[in-house]
Amino acid sequence: MSELDQFRTQTRAWLDANCPPAMREPITADDMVWGGSQLAFKNDDQRAWFEAMRERGWFAPGWPREYGGGGLDRRQAQVLDEEMRRLHCRQPQYNLGIWMLAPVLLKHGTHAQKLEHLVPMAQGRVRWCQGFSEPNAGSDLASLRTRAEPDGEDFIVNGSKIWTSYGNFADWMYALVRTDPAAKKQAGISFVLIDMQSPGVTVKPIELISGKSSFCEVFFDNVRVPRRQLVGALNDGWTLGKELLQHERAAMSKFAEGAAPSLDPLASVRAWLAENPGDALAPELRTRLAKLLMDAQAFALTHRRVTEQALARHDVKGPAAIMKLVQTEQEVAKYELLADALGQRALVWEDAPSTGLEHEVDRGWLLSKTYTIAGGSSEVQLNIIAKRVLGLPT
Amino acid sequence: MSLLLSDEQVQLREAAHDFLGERSPVARQRALRDGGDALGFDPVLWRDAADMGWTAAVFPEAVGGLDFGWQGLSAVFEECGRTLAALPLLSNVALAGGAVLALGNAEQQQRWLPSIIAGEPRFATAFEEGARHAPTRVRTQARRAGAGWVLDGEKTFVIDGVGADQYLVLARSAGADDEPDGLSLFCVPADGPGVVATGVRMVDARNTANLALHEVHVDADALLGTAGKAWPAFDQVLDRARACLAAEALGLVREVFARTIDYLGQRVQFDVPIGSFQALQHRAARLYVEIELLESAVRGAFEAIDAGSAEIGPLVSLAKARASDLCATVPNEAVQMHGGIGVTDEFDLGLFVKRARVLRQQLGDGAFHRERYARLRGF
Ligand SMILES: Cc1cc2nc3c(=O)[nH]c(=O)nc-3n(C[C@H](O)[C@H](O)[C@H](O)COP(=O)(O)OP(=O)(O)OC[C@H]3O[C@@H](n4cnc5c(N)ncnc54)[C@H](O)[C@@H]3O)c2cc1C
Repeated sequence: MSELDQFRTQTRAWLDANCPPAMREPITADDMVWGGSQLAFKNDDQRAWFEAMRERGWFAPGWPREYGGGGLDRRQAQVLDEEMRRLHCRQPQYNLGIWMLAPVLLKHGTHAQKLEHLVPMAQGRVRWCQGFSEPNAGSDLASLRTRAEPDGEDFIVNGSKIWTSYGNFADWMYALVRTDPAAKKQAGISFVLIDMQSPGVTVKPIELISGKSSFCEVFFDNVRVPRRQLVGALNDGWTLGKELLQHERAAMSKFAEGAAPSLDPLASVRAWLAENPGDALAPELRTRLAKLLMDAQAFALTHRRVTEQALARHDVKGPAAIMKLVQTEQEVAKYELLADALGQRALVWEDAPSTGLEHEVDRGWLLSKTYTIAGGSSEVQLNIIAKRVLGLPT
Repeated sequence: MSLLLSDEQVQLREAAHDFLGERSPVARQRALRDGGDALGFDPVLWRDAADMGWTAAVFPEAVGGLDFGWQGLSAVFEECGRTLAALPLLSNVALAGGAVLALGNAEQQQRWLPSIIAGEPRFATAFEEGARHAPTRVRTQARRAGAGWVLDGEKTFVIDGVGADQYLVLARSAGADDEPDGLSLFCVPADGPGVVATGVRMVDARNTANLALHEVHVDADALLGTAGKAWPAFDQVLDRARACLAAEALGLVREVFARTIDYLGQRVQFDVPIGSFQALQHRAARLYVEIELLESAVRGAFEAIDAGSAEIGPLVSLAKARASDLCATVPNEAVQMHGGIGVTDEFDLGLFVKRARVLRQQLGDGAFHRERYARLRGF
């Protein structure tokens, strides 16, 4: 047996012994464990699974041990990933620090920065948020204005960020700030790490059309950030930020995998069709449902094809660039369909009586509107396909 | 199982690419059309395609086939779509060959499959009776007469029906119009009394015929399978053929799209390439997305076919629905983005537009396959 096969056998046995059966069920948003200072468990199974994985360093299996990782090589990390999928193990914790910031820190951070930040991340003690977007800098991120001015050993930060996901729960923020207002847009930006407990930081959740949210506005009023929290060179933040966003897709797929299908559109729309065959909407709804399911299946096949292509080391730049656009537009179409099928039942609000489905549909429908905006809007995705994949002229 | 072509399948595709690029470029299809020949293909090219092994790929070795699988054949269909190569591959291999394999007894298989693999004599399969795909809408009657049968009826839009030597005819030996039960498949020699094929000139200049059967007597051994029980096996034959058309459509729309992207980079208006206009960029990007999804659906359908999976029906309908939809969307957008030159006969784009439209209709359009998908999924 090769060493890798041996590793696979041992890993499978260890996972089987340590991952409680309840932690192999599909996961809902409510059941996700987020590392950080506000870490909380709903039950002992969650805690046991979290702690077992933490002890092994398997929150970050591929990092060096000195930074709290598991010290696995690339192929072993891949095996661990495969075995976790095989057993349907949940992510023991969700952590944007590990999935998005860490690859950038590992590449560009100093040894001291890695020790300071990677170790607590790998132990699930610190939760991170992303402070990129600003009121005047959305798709055009490079026009961000939040200033960081040198003052002795510190920077003084003033300005505000918006749409910071989970800013109200985060311990630290990785942020893009302007350090040279005179330079060309992209050239005057730096990448800094900000302690959310610093004096002068205020966080305010945004109320969305779907109701309360954890997407926040963050205000900085003369916030002192030590210079050692600058990652990479001064004014080189744009390069790092772009690099980081490349990990966003992989991170988002961690949320998608193993997720319980929150709503089976087939079930509720089918039930409606069975009960209302004579309704004027029925023929149209049946066609839309078929189209929705077919589109979803075509997407799932594409997901599989891209994975197989990547494993076979083909160039997947093209098909990979379509995934965010397609998936979010399909989600939007799904909720439009559900809202139509439920008629006015889908429109009851707040404390009006609901079987649960009604509220889930109206909130879900409204929330789905954010999917095609957040993380690079659909139009921006189309720009990327047109320019980087199809090579159309600018 | 995989959604990627294996090394051997890639080799087959490359061989098809080279062969068709040399022997049947788009100019050849234009010449065939201008020649006005009802046969619609070049018999020498067909014989050479058989020599390449394309007619043998999907059949078992026991009857002289290569047992190479349908995914491999799909790569050939894709290449045919790219160059608009006209070959009676669908009619002979996927439809007739597939039907003999699925329904014929050992004796019939030995009698017909080797000649199908050899590319001669030629077969055509006659099932439609209307303008839209409706394979169980069969009014052509089959009555028992002594030990044999008598066939009476009219078949429409028979693919490669001009000049065929044998027709496989779907007829009703029992049951009411549109019932799957009661359908039977017969092999009818073209030169028998009462058999009249009339060529129908189509927009894509391919070989198509209407077939009249008037008091046509056939022997008992002309029947494939059990009387009245051709369905659902015949539907499975149709599924393989539908998937092949989806593969041809994939090749066709990829070619049309590539030509369009090229044009967007070259054509200058307002002192800039028109491809720099975001209104056109986004439309092009949308087409790209749809074509990628189509490719996944086509690969998924052939993967299921080669695995003999229970999901063949829905996956084929998924692929053919998408293919049919894109056979309108992609050429239409391509014409628009080319401007006036796109609607001239001299420019090749029109040949693609026309072939695509036939592919869209044959063996079920998007509406047919969405309806079928819904039914197969139980709603
Ligand atoms: C729920 C949610 C969570 C988010 N989480 C985070 C987070 O954690 N951290 C963070 O930093 N940011 C986050 N964002 C911000 C997100 O990245 C931005 O909302 C997004 O980049 C769009 O910017 P904008 O909202 O300012 O819209 P704008 O950029 O103002 O866009 C308005 C419209 O113009 C279109 N448009 C803009 N530019 C172009 C162009 N070049 N071509 C064609 N059309 C164009 C857009 O597509 C859109 O339709 C989040 C957003 C949401 C809604």
